[in-house]
Amino acid sequence: MSQELQKNSIFKVIGASSLGTLIEWYDFYIFGSLASIIGAQLFPADAGASALINTLAIFAAGFIVRPFGALVFGRLGDLIGRKYTFLLTLVLMGGSTFLIGLIPSYSSIGYAAPILVLILRLVQGLALGGEYGGAATYVAEHAPANKRGFFTSWIQTTATGGLFLSLGIIVLTKNLIGASGFADWGWRIPFLLSILLVGVSIYIRLKMHESPMFTKLKTEGKVSKNPLKESFNNKANFKMVLLALFGATMGQGVIWYTGQFYAQSFIENTCKVDFNDSRYILLWGIAFATPFFVVFGSWSDKVGRKWIMLTGMLLGIIFYRPIYQVFLDDTDFTKVTQQDIQSVSDPVVTRTLIEGTADSLISTSARVTLLSGASYQKIQSHIEFKEKSKAAAVQPDQLKDKQLSTAVFWKFVALVFFQILLVTMVYGPIAAFLVELFPTKIRYTSMSLPYHVGNGVFGGLVPFIATLIASYSGSTPLSGLWYPIGIASLSFVIGAIYLSNKKPVETEA
Amino acid sequence: MNGLKKGLGLLWMILGPASVIFMFLQAYEKVGLAAEGVQKTNTALQWGIILFIFIPISAGLVIFGYYALKGEYDQLPSGSEEPKD
Repeated sequence: MSQELQKNSIFKVIGASSLGTLIEWYDFYIFGSLASIIGAQLFPADAGASALINTLAIFAAGFIVRPFGALVFGRLGDLIGRKYTFLLTLVLMGGSTFLIGLIPSYSSIGYAAPILVLILRLVQGLALGGEYGGAATYVAEHAPANKRGFFTSWIQTTATGGLFLSLGIIVLTKNLIGASGFADWGWRIPFLLSILLVGVSIYIRLKMHESPMFTKLKTEGKVSKNPLKESFNNKANFKMVLLALFGATMGQGVIWYTGQFYAQSFIENTCKVDFNDSRYILLWGIAFATPFFVVFGSWSDKVGRKWIMLTGMLLGIIFYRPIYQVFLDDTDFTKVTQQDIQSVSDPVVTRTLIEGTADSLISTSARVTLLSGASYQKIQSHIEFKEKSKAAAVQPDQLKDKQLSTAVFWKFVALVFFQILLVTMVYGPIAAFLVELFPTKIRYTSMSLPYHVGNGVFGGLVPFIATLIASYSGSTPLSGLWYPIGIASLSFVIGAIYLSNKKPVETEA
Repeated sequence: MNGLKKGLGLLWMILGPASVIFMFLQAYEKVGLAAEGVQKTNTALQWGIILFIFIPISAGLVIFGYYALKGEYDQLPSGSEEPKD
């Protein structure tokens, strides 16, 4: 392996692998980051909250098929090699993302719009299912055993980096073309842009060499003939797949998606914080926390992977509810008194005919600015019935598009940073942890499945299931958190009891 | 520790079907009971997806519990050697 290292410096390998993986994550996450806008484009205008939940369901469908992608492409990677397999996944991902940007809206083609997007989203999920395991395996097989955590942690930064890139491009595009243009057609730009990013990445990846461990296996004629059978039909290996899933990736997945997705979704949709503010909070949190992937990955080379990952889970279990309670309390402007108000803009009155009736919804909207520097849009509305004898029905006031005071904004950044710090604890060491559980000849297949069930299914469903739970009568805005807390608790107990904290050893071919 | 691993194996074996029953009961109760404002949400479809995905995973938890009960996790391999069985 040292000769191979001389030819290809490890950082070149990491750079080339990471760039492609980062772009795949970018492609995958722009959909989630634009869920509310895409929902309005794909479903009937009067669908309301169901449009968001149905869009989250399409978003979740991409996660659900990830394990199938792991099986299909993992098998291929163990049969023909890592390099060509993750080239293929990159092409599929880039192509489907580009095509999502071209799909006409519901008003043009009706329900064909969400169906086509669903199909493309499934292709995205399959591609991602094949990508990550390949990149992690590829880097790990180039790295020396005592630095495997450090080197693979660079691959681990790509998921967060892809999310950062997607949020950054979305905010930039929206600011450049304005809110209404972005909601109308500008949301397509981040999707279309993907084709350029993927083109660059394919060019770089074509120049890469096959993993030295896989090349050795191939030369010796020891490549697996049936990776799926050897991975899952063999008790000694299958029991490790189950242990990796229930003792590590399941908990890691919900911590990842709570910290980096649900936090933003909660701040925007539940706390009603302005579109840009909610994304800036996450962007700052990610920027400050991302270096810790490498810190914890590297540290796991010295102290073992197990307790770093489990500590991250435990802290999430303890602190999620208090953190989200602070989000709610600090954005609750219902108790604002006259003394707190600095100014109120001139009210704008709008009259909208309620579809299917002759009644009208009268809304009065004004921007309220507080002495603290925070501001929000206050909408008071009532229904005016055509039948004059009926009294107007007053609707509850709506407070939305909240902009936070500077102090509260940075407090939120600190709380999101803390959640992403937990993500770096559970996620930084996990690629090395998974690689070390399985032998080279079936590694791609074996590690991809628990990773993508844990992240794609348990993790990816966090926004969807948490939003669903919180939408039922009798629930509170914090009820959705019971899902990630419950899953992380189960994974923590299983991991603490069944996983061993072995120090890195040289993997065998 | 090995005794605890085996003992908890039984718990995981029970937890698998228990979670499926819980999900079915939740689905039965919740479908069509969405709060005001989300009546158009097709919760039947969403619960269908949840059940479709989590039933095989629950089966995996039962197998995991069975392996734990049989002492398969008492001694874990020290590295990623070739699996033998």
